[in-house]
Amino acid sequence: MSGPILVFVEHASGEADRVSLETLAFARGLASSLGGVAVEALLIGPGAELGPSLGAHGVATAHVVEDAAIAGVYAPGAWGAALASLATARGAAAVLAPGSDRGAEVLAHAAARLGLPSAANVLSVIPGDPWRLTRQRWAGSLLEDATLDGPMRLLSVAPHAVPVDERPGSPAAAIAQFSPSVSAADLAVRVTGHEAPAAGSVSLSDAKVVVGGGRGVGSAAAFSELEELADLLGGAVGVSRVVTSNGWRPHTQQVGQTGQRIAPDLYIACGISGAIQHIVGCKAAKRILAINTDPESPIMSVADFAVIGDLHAVLPAISAEIRRRRGHGQ
Amino acid sequence: MATLPERARIVVIGAGIVGNSMAYHLAKQGWKDILLLEKGTLPNPGGSTGHASNFIFLTDHSKEMAAFTIDSANQYRELGVYHECGGIEVARTPERMEELKRRVASSISWGVEGIRLLSPAEVKAMVPFIDETVILGGFYTPGVGVVDSLQAGTLMRQAAMDLGALTIAAGVEVTGVDTRDGRVTGVRTDQGNVEAEIVVIACGIWSPRIAKMAGASIPLTPAVHQMIDIGPVPQFATAKSEVDYPIVRDMDTNMYERQHGNGFEIGSYAHRAILMDPDDIPSIEASALSPTMLPFTQDDFDPQLEDALELFPEIVGDESVGVKLAINGLLSLTPDGNPIIGETPEVKGLWSVAAIWIKEAPGIAKTVAEWMTHGTPEIDPHGSDIARFYDHHKTQQHIAARTTEGFNKTYGIVHPMEQWESNRPIRLSPAYDRHVELKARFFEAAGWERPFWYGANEALLGEYGERVMPRAAEWESRWWSPIINAEHLAMRDRAGLVDLSAFAIFDVSGPRACAALERLCVNRVDVAPGRTVYTPLLNPAGGILADLTIMRLRHDLFRVVTGGGLGMRDRKIFADAMPADGSAQLHDVTNAFTTFGLWGPRARDILGAASDGSTDISHAGMPFLSSRSVDIDGVRTLASRISYVGELGWEIYVPIEQGLRVWDALWRAGLPHGMAAVGIGTYAVTARLEKGYRAHGAELELDFNLVEAGMARPSLKDADFVGRAAYEKQRSTDPVAVLCTLTLDDPTSKSGVRRYMLGREPILDLEGRRIVDARGRGSYVTSAGSGPSVGKHLLMAYLPPRHAKVGEQLLVEYFGEHYPVSVAVAGATPLFDPENARIRS
Amino acid sequence: MNVLVCVKRVPQTGGRIVLTTDGQEIDTKFLGFTVSPHEECAVEEAVRIVEAGGGSSTVLTLGPGAAEDQLRDAMALGIDRAILLETDGSEWDPVSTAAAIAEAIRADEAARGAYDVVLFGNESADAGGFQVGIRVAVALGRPVVTGLKGLEIGEGRLTARREAPSGGWETYDLALPAVVGVKEGINLPRYPSVPGRLRAKKKEIERVPVGAASGGPAAAAGAALGPSMVVLRLPEEQRSEAEVIGRGADAAPAVVDLLEKIGVLGS
Repeated sequence: MSGPILVFVEHASGEADRVSLETLAFARGLASSLGGVAVEALLIGPGAELGPSLGAHGVATAHVVEDAAIAGVYAPGAWGAALASLATARGAAAVLAPGSDRGAEVLAHAAARLGLPSAANVLSVIPGDPWRLTRQRWAGSLLEDATLDGPMRLLSVAPHAVPVDERPGSPAAAIAQFSPSVSAADLAVRVTGHEAPAAGSVSLSDAKVVVGGGRGVGSAAAFSELEELADLLGGAVGVSRVVTSNGWRPHTQQVGQTGQRIAPDLYIACGISGAIQHIVGCKAAKRILAINTDPESPIMSVADFAVIGDLHAVLPAISAEIRRRRGHGQ
Repeated sequence: MATLPERARIVVIGAGIVGNSMAYHLAKQGWKDILLLEKGTLPNPGGSTGHASNFIFLTDHSKEMAAFTIDSANQYRELGVYHECGGIEVARTPERMEELKRRVASSISWGVEGIRLLSPAEVKAMVPFIDETVILGGFYTPGVGVVDSLQAGTLMRQAAMDLGALTIAAGVEVTGVDTRDGRVTGVRTDQGNVEAEIVVIACGIWSPRIAKMAGASIPLTPAVHQMIDIGPVPQFATAKSEVDYPIVRDMDTNMYERQHGNGFEIGSYAHRAILMDPDDIPSIEASALSPTMLPFTQDDFDPQLEDALELFPEIVGDESVGVKLAINGLLSLTPDGNPIIGETPEVKGLWSVAAIWIKEAPGIAKTVAEWMTHGTPEIDPHGSDIARFYDHHKTQQHIAARTTEGFNKTYGIVHPMEQWESNRPIRLSPAYDRHVELKARFFEAAGWERPFWYGANEALLGEYGERVMPRAAEWESRWWSPIINAEHLAMRDRAGLVDLSAFAIFDVSGPRACAALERLCVNRVDVAPGRTVYTPLLNPAGGILADLTIMRLRHDLFRVVTGGGLGMRDRKIFADAMPADGSAQLHDVTNAFTTFGLWGPRARDILGAASDGSTDISHAGMPFLSSRSVDIDGVRTLASRISYVGELGWEIYVPIEQGLRVWDALWRAGLPHGMAAVGIGTYAVTARLEKGYRAHGAELELDFNLVEAGMARPSLKDADFVGRAAYEKQRSTDPVAVLCTLTLDDPTSKSGVRRYMLGREPILDLEGRRIVDARGRGSYVTSAGSGPSVGKHLLMAYLPPRHAKVGEQLLVEYFGEHYPVSVAVAGATPLFDPENARIRS
Repeated sequence: MNVLVCVKRVPQTGGRIVLTTDGQEIDTKFLGFTVSPHEECAVEEAVRIVEAGGGSSTVLTLGPGAAEDQLRDAMALGIDRAILLETDGSEWDPVSTAAAIAEAIRADEAARGAYDVVLFGNESADAGGFQVGIRVAVALGRPVVTGLKGLEIGEGRLTARREAPSGGWETYDLALPAVVGVKEGINLPRYPSVPGRLRAKKKEIERVPVGAASGGPAAAAGAALGPSMVVLRLPEEQRSEAEVIGRGADAAPAVVDLLEKIGVLGS
């Protein structure tokens, strides 16, 4: 029987984040294919309350680092060092982290300190000799089947690779205090300040609604129709490349391969044919509504909803309808 | 998503500018039930239209291409998608400055308006960001503009749909083209099959692939054109429109530069020719930008960046101006540089509309739609006719060689007689080795190596002295030799032997052969066997389609002889005229016979000496326009008493493998008579001009008629023929133009050098104004060349009746100067030997 | 200020990646090459740091000889010099890559002085291993932070900014010399100017053979453990068809209903 699977769990305000829970589900499956090894968690920061509840996610033991010097604020090197030393101490068969910004960063620090390889954004693993795994490349547009070997396997789990697997009624996880020794150098890099998002302004990356305009808008002046709708919805205006190269809008508003990548709840693509260079910038939107005269345009194959028609007729009508309903509501 | 119908009258494949224009013009011609298929998505399916720089310069030395372009600009203007910004071609070298003057002349010939030459300072005034010290001047055309070709396509599709004529299916890939008995029957697609009577291939760079599915050939190759877009340019921050400044073509560096919004576009044809295999083009999905926008190859473009930097240092040298986009855009190149349009000779009902640029697409589509509908295109498309290609033209090797050689000629100074260098020699006359021994200077025609003159005839120069009309100016001396004129004089004085191997020859045979030909030809071909007939062919509108000779060899066998240049096109005209039941059949015997021309006062003596005397070749025994078999050194030849040079003599048709033997026999027989080997320079230019003989592609085109050309005969045959009704109408009304022969009265230029026009120059009245006839056609020099026997430089031109008077004085513009000319002949009377006594001696 | 920026040559892919038939690599027959958008921003940041504070910038890559193009692209944007750790073209794993880069940095610093800042893109566009920068920093014993969307260089220190997991921004304060990983959005990279291109064309590139190309071991210690690519494959395609909710201006009520349903109508 090999050592446990150790999972770095990100948490805040007493709750583990979703991708960490997915990672625990992934670890549970892996543990079972390894013949039922234990899943253990590392919680850095106040975790005494959270720790036991992870039992429902398959965790046998939650190792909690509460030393304020380490756990007070996020310190990637120190946290990575903590993960590495716990993994070594526990003789872990595998170390898993969520494929989030912090998860990837902490895992890389741990791997560097352990002098071991690690694999990022893994979707599935078949243990064996060596382990065979499938991971994401090109932000998921391509998959790689790979092997991973070594005394301890380090990997981050791609977001949404597996669903959260919570089994109420499972035994609570045991809590173990963990006090790693971390060097001053490792502690030197740490969060030194926080800023809340600026009020009022809606940035493209933060906007819940982005009203996008392309060639079909036709002129710089015609963007007022898009701005009006964006303002009504508290959103922002984004544009395709042809718009900036025509000088209608600044490049800061460009969405796509050579511009920004956005992930709003709704992207309203107006007069945008849907060139792939633009699509890569907006495909992370939860939903896409296309307004286009041409039902055959490629945007239709990525959009969820469509209005066929001239945006210059459709947009003012939508804005008017919104105002009408709000007027009635008051 | 459009659903695919099971059948359509016409399927147009490809919704780029060409396919959209086709759908539009077919609908306007009254076609219904048109289906437009597109593999990609609309409005930009990913072909060459999508990355085109979209500007239109109107000038072209080619009348046909200029006509397509001018018509296209007008159509774009009517659609409201044409933004006129003007254009300037600039010159960095004196040679280019001269070329710009020639381009001014061509512009006047074809009716481009408002053009003028500019000084460097004047260029600077219009394009303030140019470094005018780099240039010597420019040529300004106000009508140059930029078109939104995608919007144009959308509007044209909409117009066709509004006429209830068009169904559009995008995202449909054609996977096959079905044919039966040589006729197209439909297309197969990834979403089902569609039956169709007519299939139009408007697939740009993919056209060869689609044609191949039907067993047809569209000989073009995709090639790279490099383009970068830099910006934002501070000078354009306040630009009022997409393009406020004239577009500049930097002709000497093969580049163009244009403002595009706040950006600056730099395009090049200067780099090495980068060709692609059509099967190597990526799919739409797999392309980084689009299938026709390939990764930029920086190294190829770097030298051009230096050139652009030199001309536009303020913009291109601005450190704050970035390269926003750089692509290797794909476009179509053809072996001769012309588009490829018309019904394919291989498959009835399968039409090609390919190798077409934005600047000419609507004009060509209109032409093809007219052609398809009534057979009467307003613009003569013969230079672009897909049927023009010989088989060797369709080989990958030929396409690659000629497109590579031609690519850098895009903005080149191309002499009208300039010869291709690559992929030669291809077709060799049996007497080729003899021509080489005689130091022939070979020009290529239809793949044949034809002696244009013979270096070995240099000795004749001494004999004729100044009569050879020597030329001092380099331009007219290029691709020319005074030996041509010496050969001419030797032929007129004694005799000449001419290799005419480039003729295309077809036998038409069968019980209905006579009737089929009679239906096609203006002149009566139902003559006695042994007679030779010269006849034009007309289109249904009475435009001149071709001119050629037909020998009746037997009651049911005719031999058609036509020029090699359009020989394959003419073959298609005849093949299409054959009855479906096989009662008359066409056999191409071009490669079975070679032809030698023997002409001059001593021709009968020479043929008499060379032949065995078994055929009576006296004037009585073998009168003009008759043919007989004549045995020469044991070879049975066919001799036809005919002449394109105005001398007594014969065209002698010889089985090709015995050609050398006959050439040698004629040569031996001719030497005692002082016969010279005579090149095509005499045959096709000087001798015919002196005789006022018209040439197809020069004087004879669809936009002229037989009355105007002076070729109407007093009586009309009884039988019906194509174009008869129109021709009868032409005969009953006064012509609005008359083909005239003019002489150059004084060739002396301002600098004192004698200059000689080469053709296509504008004819002006004495006030220097363009002459336009009642049908709006400008007068221009249709052909020009020396007339050594009349001692004048000769020009032919159609003139309105008010000017078509003997002695009328006019002007010709040539390299920016005006030269006095006068009308020597109005009509068809020869200037040399007006009674035709020589031919009939 | 002495700044190094590390980039990786990757194919510029289209809408659908095409693999070679053996699935061992992307078919690049029709593709150009570039660096990841994060690295474009890292290059821009390096140029800006030197523009603001003086000093010199260097770009480094580990890759095949053709990666010279990406180095010249960076120099066209204003990077002063370039180092190519030239491989035989085979793909290197993150452990070996980091080891070779760290060694090259040590050697270069020994000859020319230390780099105050070493910039990486947050992750490469192709392999996306999320680790090379951190491994290099750990090997060099330098502080490192990744995911940056803001960077300010002070006296002997840098202040970095990145998006916090819970929204807003968090800041870091690092002593120089330091290593950073930056993300797109930290700046708007400039386009290369034509004079920049022409200058870059003429610059020397320092070529250092590495791995098998140097006659040395093909990989760093530990790399034998993987991850080693076995085969590449494409995920199953998801193609949707838009639901048409209306035509023209008449569609407005349906659109507003949709906004309400999605929860973005607000008030």
